[in-house]
Amino acid sequence: MALDQLNDHGSFHKTELTQKLLNEYQHNFPVTSTPYADIGKRLGVDEQAIIELLKDLDEKSILSRVGPVFRPNRIGVSTLAAMAVPEHKLEAIANIISSYSAVNHNYEREHHFNLWFVVTAENKLLLDSTLEDMEVKTDIRIMSLPMEKDYHIDLGFPLKLINGGRSHD
Amino acid sequence: MIDERRLLSVLQKGLPLVSHPYESIANDINSTEDEVINYIQLMQGKGDIKRFGLVVRHRKLGYKSNAMVVWDIPEQRVDALGQCFGQFDFVTLSYRRPRHLPDWPYNLFCMIHGQDREDVKRNLELMIKSCDVNGVNHELLFSTRCFKQRGAIYINPDNENDNSKKVAV
Repeated sequence: MALDQLNDHGSFHKTELTQKLLNEYQHNFPVTSTPYADIGKRLGVDEQAIIELLKDLDEKSILSRVGPVFRPNRIGVSTLAAMAVPEHKLEAIANIISSYSAVNHNYEREHHFNLWFVVTAENKLLLDSTLEDMEVKTDIRIMSLPMEKDYHIDLGFPLKLINGGRSHD
Repeated sequence: MIDERRLLSVLQKGLPLVSHPYESIANDINSTEDEVINYIQLMQGKGDIKRFGLVVRHRKLGYKSNAMVVWDIPEQRVDALGQCFGQFDFVTLSYRRPRHLPDWPYNLFCMIHGQDREDVKRNLELMIKSCDVNGVNHELLFSTRCFKQRGAIYINPDNENDNSKKVAV
């Protein structure tokens, strides 16, 4: 979905405001008593306009959440796990994996190892027992690739207006 | 005293979209707005929070193609290349992970994004040229289906018995 499609009412101002919000507040979100009012002040609108815009982005599934991205392994442990799943079983196996609350990302990728997911837990013991449980439930071996060194983690994403930001009324 | 575990368990789900979100979180965990704000700032200061703000779903913003590029890099070059790859704005992660021989010879993992496959491939070419890795064994794994994507849930609130930490702020 391109950004310009966010704009139900064709208001250029709203597109521009959305772009500013997304570009400027992927980091340095105010940790103050009234963050949405503070953002509104800077962008020239009121608190309610910011809250409505965020709710709108949330409903459209563009916004995952407003909050912290933790340093890896700071508040828990995680690993990148991969499975080589026979094609005809992929959807069923993927659904089993997704059903774990310990799994956040779960993707099909074009490779012999075709199912890739991230498993998190509070500690190594819980992580290992979750992986074991998954192997038992799916009868497929897991290749676990925990992070050894972090050179770069997502520090926000540069947002460009796709299609030059034209609005389609 | 703030219950770190309860705070993180609420915070990992994201801020509520209300006028005083930190106060609202404080009410959920029997704390105060000041304590919550101070604790978040403390974690930011220590680098435990890498960034704080809007977390968006790239796919919904027109970056429809994403791939994991994996490299088999000699030990003496892996740190330098991990950093070199991390500099591009289309690279959201650059991590060293263990090899799994003989199935998996790769030790450096990057997530790269683009508006379509061609865009991703152009980005990869740029990485190869700029970081001087011509001839280094690598593979590009496009994601074809997303089964699940959300923030990491490290702390399962149902698991109240272990690792409960009280931390003074």
